[in-house]
Amino acid sequence: MAHIQLPEGLPGIRGPLVFSPATTQPMCELAEVLLRGPNSLTMAEREMIATYVSACNDCYYCQTCHGSAAAQYLGGGAADYALIGQMKADCEATPLSNKMKALLTIAGKVQQGGKFVTAEDVERARSHGATDKEIHDTVLIAAAFCMFNRYVDGLDTWQPQDAEFYREVGKQTVALGYVARDWKRPPQTAATNRAATVGR
Amino acid sequence: MAHIQLPEGLPGILGPLAISPETAKPLLELAEVLLRGPNTLTSADRETIATYVSSQNDCRFCQLSHGAAAAEQLSGNYELIDRVKSDYDSAEISEKLKALLAIAGKVQRGGKYVTGEDVERARRLGATDKEIHDTVLIAAAFCMFNRYVDGLGTWQPADPQAYREMGQRMARVGYVRANREEPVHSA
Repeated sequence: MAHIQLPEGLPGIRGPLVFSPATTQPMCELAEVLLRGPNSLTMAEREMIATYVSACNDCYYCQTCHGSAAAQYLGGGAADYALIGQMKADCEATPLSNKMKALLTIAGKVQQGGKFVTAEDVERARSHGATDKEIHDTVLIAAAFCMFNRYVDGLDTWQPQDAEFYREVGKQTVALGYVARDWKRPPQTAATNRAATVGR
Repeated sequence: MAHIQLPEGLPGILGPLAISPETAKPLLELAEVLLRGPNTLTSADRETIATYVSSQNDCRFCQLSHGAAAAEQLSGNYELIDRVKSDYDSAEISEKLKALLAIAGKVQRGGKYVTGEDVERARRLGATDKEIHDTVLIAAAFCMFNRYVDGLGTWQPADPQAYREMGQRMARVGYVRANREEPVHSA
């Protein structure tokens, strides 16, 4: 059971989002701008940064939802999901661009704490073509997921263990984003249907 | 020097906020609702939670500016804020706020550190579900703000008076309205 009384049957961040509409509006707007706004980093790349940080923070719900969104942006095939898994395990071993690897390194430092980011980390990203805006956005995406992850786990929310659920969440994210979304309606899968019937 | 090109003379988070208005808007709205919106926790209590988390994250700019915002709402009691940062259990604050600070400290380390016992203790001392929710989210949000400020290597004034002025402004006009006015320039 979650630490506070949250609406029944809503997985992960959806419970707190529905519980507290006043804070939900700016949080969702922040996610939308960071992860889907106009940017020279693709939506897939930004979801990957979010996924990587969530994995470093050991937040199962966020890393699986955002990993699925990234994979869906890449085409949604088994190889796309495999790439996300590989990135979480060892980003240097992936076929991702050197720029992306350098940005993931910065994101990983931010996850440990802002002061861990060094001028060398930033120089490396810049030498592979990263702009100031891309570096700024990487730092803020990483920082924002240090918030979202703690929000989800700090309230001990319900997190389904059901691959189908997360696959559907990824598709929903691609289709609707973070603002134009009804958080009270999670994708209908075996896990959420069960939760709706038995009050999880 | 900051890790990226930021406007000269803007301390701490004000530099990144100025170069990225589209993210500044929701960030400031979140701070406003969390720290100053209608709530059974006073704004001073909420600024105190923000200050404590920022000090645990070793973020000088955030702990001094939010500490000043808290102190300015407590008749200028800066000593109390220093005491909260060094040892809140010995500070003259309510037992409920101590229990909420304990939860905030766990969130700072990571969401999974918060235990059922931590929450039970806060509830026994009168904390409501909304107060517990808001404490978790304030702590989580400052794990973001602190990383934003330090992760970009922003300029942070050495002069304590600069933070006092920022705190007065934060306590008086808040976060959303202040951003619409000309931002404070200090040298």
